[in-house]
Amino acid sequence: MTEIPIEVMVNGTRFRRTVAGRLSLADFLREELRLTGTHLGCEHGVCGACSVLVDGRSVRACLMLAAQADGREVTTVEGLGAEARPLRECLARRHGLQCGFCTPGFLITATELLQDNESGKPLTEDGVREALSGNICRCTGYQGIVEAVLEVGNDTETRDDA
Amino acid sequence: MKPAEFTYYRPESVGEALHGLATLPDPKPLAGGQSLLTLMNLRLARPATLLDIGRFTELARVFDDTEALVLGALVRHRTCETDPLVAARAPLLHAAAGHIGHLGIRNQGTIGGSLAHADPAAELPLAAVTLGATVHVESATRGKRALSAEELFVSFYANSLEPDELITWITVPAIRPGQGWGFVEYARQHGDYALAGAGVLLSLDARGRIAGLRIGLLNAADRPLLFDEREGTAPVLGELPEPRLWEGLGWRLAALSEPSHPDTEYVKALCASAISEAAEAATERAGENT
Ligand SMILES: Cc1cc2nc3c(=O)[nH]c(=O)nc-3n(C[C@H](O)[C@H](O)[C@H](O)COP(=O)(O)OP(=O)(O)OC[C@H]3O[C@@H](n4cnc5c(N)ncnc54)[C@H](O)[C@@H]3O)c2cc1C
Ligand code: FES
Ligand code: FES
Repeated sequence: MTEIPIEVMVNGTRFRRTVAGRLSLADFLREELRLTGTHLGCEHGVCGACSVLVDGRSVRACLMLAAQADGREVTTVEGLGAEARPLRECLARRHGLQCGFCTPGFLITATELLQDNESGKPLTEDGVREALSGNICRCTGYQGIVEAVLEVGNDTETRDDA
Repeated sequence: MKPAEFTYYRPESVGEALHGLATLPDPKPLAGGQSLLTLMNLRLARPATLLDIGRFTELARVFDDTEALVLGALVRHRTCETDPLVAARAPLLHAAAGHIGHLGIRNQGTIGGSLAHADPAAELPLAAVTLGATVHVESATRGKRALSAEELFVSFYANSLEPDELITWITVPAIRPGQGWGFVEYARQHGDYALAGAGVLLSLDARGRIAGLRIGLLNAADRPLLFDEREGTAPVLGELPEPRLWEGLGWRLAALSEPSHPDTEYVKALCASAISEAAEAATERAGENT
């Protein structure tokens, strides 16, 4: 077994660890750093529950090795700050979560969408549904989640204009 | 749901990676990992050695050549989807990339990885055969060689590369005046693999008649299926590109497909409709692109 030294910035803190080659970024975050907000559903890329931001882009932490994250900046749901507060509140108000298992993944993916200049603004319902299509929710039926992202995204837009 | 043990290396250069592929036990290049790590998590793949090539920034570049667009093997799907240069010079590739999986997958997955993975339902292999792309590969012992995209795809998830070969660059002929393209995909929902789909590259002559036609089909055989002037599309050369012509051609080519989906007749009907829709879009664009 190979042990690989890595240095990763997670939620603003630098961590130096030695990891097994086969350790996923998701297991590294959950088991090594005890950041259990990143959830594991399928472990093969389908459900999106494990989404985290790596250098500002959403990726599946189950499909990335901890070794691949060496030198990168990782943001987990625990690291989303004030920028995600309106979305959290809006999700709660609009019943965008029930059991909450999928919620960290949705917060990460939606945060990327809301910050991304490459996605067309103002957001449309179709656009939001497409952007969130890689995150599965078994409880809500998505309506509340989509509405929350639309509300926050298009509000921000008007605030930016002002 | 965890991969079996392997040894992880991160070579510093293409040369070092090639050397590793030639000398280390049962090695596999790791690019975006969006197919390989999936297979490894499911224990459907158990390479002894992973060579992480994901950071070769040199191979993440896209540039414009006189008559072609040149893409490094590590260009991400998201780049193909958003880069204005790709949109302008290889619009079919650009459109196809937007249909791949989900944002998180497109942020990581690479064109080289997608071509090497050789999934007949995948969008970029289809775009590569439809556009007549060339795949440049390199090995430590035999140096460089170039093969056509068609030569790369052998069967389901099987490519014609030697185990020590790495895809380095992909060249895609740039769209020319008089050419039009279309890409149509049917899936149960956005991001799912296609049930059926078609890419079309059409060339019209000065009189508006069909001078060239390449049609690629998604998920219609054990590899991306290509019909070109040598095989399949010759009968329509010299004709006027009209909806009735496309409809007939769609059904004729769909009949030649061999979808793996259990409901073959349904998928063939989708295929026919994807061909005629994509061909109509190509006709319109060719008319505008003079
Ligand atoms: C949930 C999910 C949905 C998806 N949906 C789609 C979809 O709709 N359409 C689609 O097309 N794809 C889809 N994919 C797959 C995705 O596009 C992958 O990115 C792609 O198939 C492989 O690219 P990669 O860079 O991730 O390669 P890897 O996973 O890193 O590698 C794949 C294979 O190629 C080899 N390889 C990688 N790079 C090279 C190289 N330069 N030279 C030689 N061999 C190389 C590897 O050794 C491995 O065998 C999906 C994946 C997931 C997890
Ligand atoms: S656990 Fe990673 S996508 Fe499902
Ligand atoms: S709230 Fe339960 S899975 Fe989404």
